Amino acid sequence: MAERGARLLVVDDNKVNRLLLMRSVELLGHRVASAENGRMALEMLRAEPFDLVVLDIEMPEMDGFQVLEHMVADANLRDLPVLVTSSLEGLAHVVRCIELGADDYLHKPVNSVLLKARIGSSLEKKRLRDQQRDMVRRFATSEVAQDMQQSGFALGGRRIHAAAMFSDIRGFTSLAESQTPEETIELLNSYYTLMFEAISSHGGVVNQMIGDGLMAIFGAPLPLQEPSLSAVRAALDMQEMITLLNVERAALDKPAIRIGIGISTGDMVAGYTGTHQRATYTCIGDTVNLASRLETHTKAIGRGIVVDGATYAALENRIALEKFEPVTFKGKSVPTEVYAV
Amino acid sequence: MPTPVIDPATLSELRDTAGADFVNELATAFFEEAPGLLAELRAAWGAKSAERFRRAAHSIKSNGLTFGASTLGAMARELELGGLPADTAPLDALEREYERAAAALKELCHG
Repeated sequence: MAERGARLLVVDDNKVNRLLLMRSVELLGHRVASAENGRMALEMLRAEPFDLVVLDIEMPEMDGFQVLEHMVADANLRDLPVLVTSSLEGLAHVVRCIELGADDYLHKPVNSVLLKARIGSSLEKKRLRDQQRDMVRRFATSEVAQDMQQSGFALGGRRIHAAAMFSDIRGFTSLAESQTPEETIELLNSYYTLMFEAISSHGGVVNQMIGDGLMAIFGAPLPLQEPSLSAVRAALDMQEMITLLNVERAALDKPAIRIGIGISTGDMVAGYTGTHQRATYTCIGDTVNLASRLETHTKAIGRGIVVDGATYAALENRIALEKFEPVTFKGKSVPTEVYAV
Repeated sequence: MPTPVIDPATLSELRDTAGADFVNELATAFFEEAPGLLAELRAAWGAKSAERFRRAAHSIKSNGLTFGASTLGAMARELELGGLPADTAPLDALEREYERAAAALKELCHG
């Protein structure tokens, strides 16, 4: 958001103060809305996007301190800059506002030059913060970005119950050799766009992309009610999207692609691994390895989606699956139950 | 030299930053709101509610100072910080000062 043309909310119960503040903000080239008390202000802040709040303290129904407290407790409003304007005297009020997260405290009547400077600097800070968040979102997922914002970045893991998914494109290497590099990258971009859409619409998080393969987690960093069911539903959507993509490709005289998906459910360790300079959010453990083995197994049994016994059990027959011969995968001492869609 | 009812420097600065026409509208809003605030101050005194009294005085102070009504602002400030007075004499004085300030402001804005 540019510094000019930002959207501000002026909150003041006193009409003269409110009109004057709105006028001052408009003269700075910003758009402005107003609220007469804290309760109204919070309703508006939760309903529409704003870039900055100019907040009075003394108000009926809900005062400015309470508004600040509610904003701090709300993940969506926590980072919204607030300038407090009040004619309350005493340093204690100023300190309390700053401690509750206000950017600054301006005494009324507000000096217009000071107001302009404070609004400009608060909007600039917000712009940089938004930019940083967008950047984190591009390289991580919004769930990881949110997790990092809430609990901060720390290397180390925790044990979670989740579903792991691996997916890749069949015969991708020979496909890549038969077309130009540009075509390959374009195909990968369409493929990833469709897969991300299918996975995230069911609450999953893609945390690895390696060539034509991807790994996704259902149930971390944010918990899901039914990770196994979400993962299988996402897999069904992914296969359907590939079918649609193939219709488009056929029209362009390009060969169809096929994908294999393996899903397993169980305990795993999730967290940030790497170094403080470069880290990634990932999940590790037997469950994850098993999902990868199941994905490879799709080729052996000629099916698009293969899941383990724990995933099958969690579905409680809500999605029809066919039972296959149990397989003893490499590195496992006991056979794994295998089911396919 | 006596303090002017409306400080000319404050009013002219307000006009410079917000525009003279807007200041006229703002003064009209003040004339509409202030009697309610003065009545609330008196009602709060009658109900012996120090908190309501402080709030109403606070609003009058804030609005008075906006227009450069320095004496009105100072009197309201004393009430805001001083708590409930023993009798209504300070309220009568504040109302008289408001009438003076409003008349002067009307003169300056619409005269």
